[in-house]
Amino acid sequence: MFKTLQELVEAAGREKCRLSDLIRAREAEAAGVAENELFLKMKKQYRVMQEAARSGTERVVKSISGLTGGEGRMLWERADRALCGPLMARAAARAMAVANVNASMGKVVAAPTAGSCGILPGVLITVAEALGNSEEAVVNSLFTAAAVGEVIAVNATLAGAEGGCQAECGAAAAMAAAAAVELAGGAPEQSAHAAAFALKAVMGLVCDPVAGLVEVPCIKRNGMGAVQAVLAADMALAGLISLIPPDEVIAAMKEVGRCLPASLKETAAGGLAATPTGREIHRRVLENVHR
Amino acid sequence: MYGALDVFAIIGPTMIGPSSSHTAGAVRLGNLAGWILGERPQRAKVILYNSFASTGYGHGTDRALIAGLLGFAPDDERIRNAFAEATALGLHWELCDGGRDENLHPNTVCFMLTGAHGESVVTGCSVGGGRVKILSVDGFATDFSGEYATVLTVHRDRPGVVAAVTACLAAGRVNIAQMRVSRQWKGEKALMVIETDQPLSTEIKAALQKMPDICRVSIIQPSLEGR
Repeated sequence: MFKTLQELVEAAGREKCRLSDLIRAREAEAAGVAENELFLKMKKQYRVMQEAARSGTERVVKSISGLTGGEGRMLWERADRALCGPLMARAAARAMAVANVNASMGKVVAAPTAGSCGILPGVLITVAEALGNSEEAVVNSLFTAAAVGEVIAVNATLAGAEGGCQAECGAAAAMAAAAAVELAGGAPEQSAHAAAFALKAVMGLVCDPVAGLVEVPCIKRNGMGAVQAVLAADMALAGLISLIPPDEVIAAMKEVGRCLPASLKETAAGGLAATPTGREIHRRVLENVHR
Repeated sequence: MYGALDVFAIIGPTMIGPSSSHTAGAVRLGNLAGWILGERPQRAKVILYNSFASTGYGHGTDRALIAGLLGFAPDDERIRNAFAEATALGLHWELCDGGRDENLHPNTVCFMLTGAHGESVVTGCSVGGGRVKILSVDGFATDFSGEYATVLTVHRDRPGVVAAVTACLAAGRVNIAQMRVSRQWKGEKALMVIETDQPLSTEIKAALQKMPDICRVSIIQPSLEGR
């Protein structure tokens, strides 16, 4: 397993292959299974992502608590005339749609977590649709996303309770940005820079779920994360580089997460959860428990 | 699946939302309690503590726990309708709020189960990312994850019983990864939990059940999602 993005980029350079090819081959070797077996398993994950994005954009999906529902569908309806353009709007709409499905007790792929499960499907399905990538290419790009996620997991964290939302939606956006670069034909190094841009955009982002539920603000943050991922990919494809090396960005993210107070790390005790309205919603949800 | 940090731990698991700890973990706890009882329960009293009690409703923790008892896997789309499924399958359940207890993990649940052939009381907690721990079985303190194939025996606390059980596993070419014996009082009954590297056959379970001094045997097969 690779411990840094730099190691990953250098290995892909030596072997003159895409990041996804490198990761798939190494994982197959480590697990003692055929590469095709891993590909087929990843294809299954992708199909679950596609189905969630489809159902959440086709109809209004209500959450179990009743607090949220239909956000992805609403933006989807506006995508063709969106100010930010149809691609950005569709990526964000699909991301929120998948988060809606998650909040409704539908089936999702935690990628890297359930709370941030919309970002990868939103970005990858939409980018592949726009660029005409094959399903094989999208499924493979998920290995690139996984590699970025593994490096963040090893050197920082993927848990909101440990690192705040930067570790969930931030990490998901970094993973999606790296995969989107590969789908657009970018170089491995550009994937690493795109991941860094996405993490830098939300460095310090708190995890402050109202009533402790994976809904407010999580669903909209999935939409925002998708947009940041697409823009981060474009910035990297345009040749921009992160002056702070991507691995140092990950180290900084870990340190910032450590510095965040507990009230801003998934305890529903600070941020939006502690606003008057946030507290009022929490009280109403608790009443439902004792209904 | 939950053990190694591999690509499918990052792009996965596939699960029913919204929370890996409060939903997917809750299903796994129900699954494990069902394995320990060894049959589909007919009656279940389920007590939720701390965060499971306070935010469980909005996370579907209640439905997830019942779905787990029915043997549904964490990605089974029937979880949403677990209460109706339970009624259809003849499970009478009761969910209770255990309130706050600072001595317990934030996400703790206790199952009191009755089946056609026996009873079990199982306490466990959901520790994050869909991973869980079983903390006690029928009053015996223990600590295991259900990520390995696991055999549990309740036996009379006498010399030779532990050796006989491990010899039976060895004869079935099953390697022991971890084991732990706990008892309440010397010379009475003890609980043994053995986690193994190989799957456990029904033949092994039957052989253990026939042994003298063994009062009950349960096996857990993590390779079979749900049950």
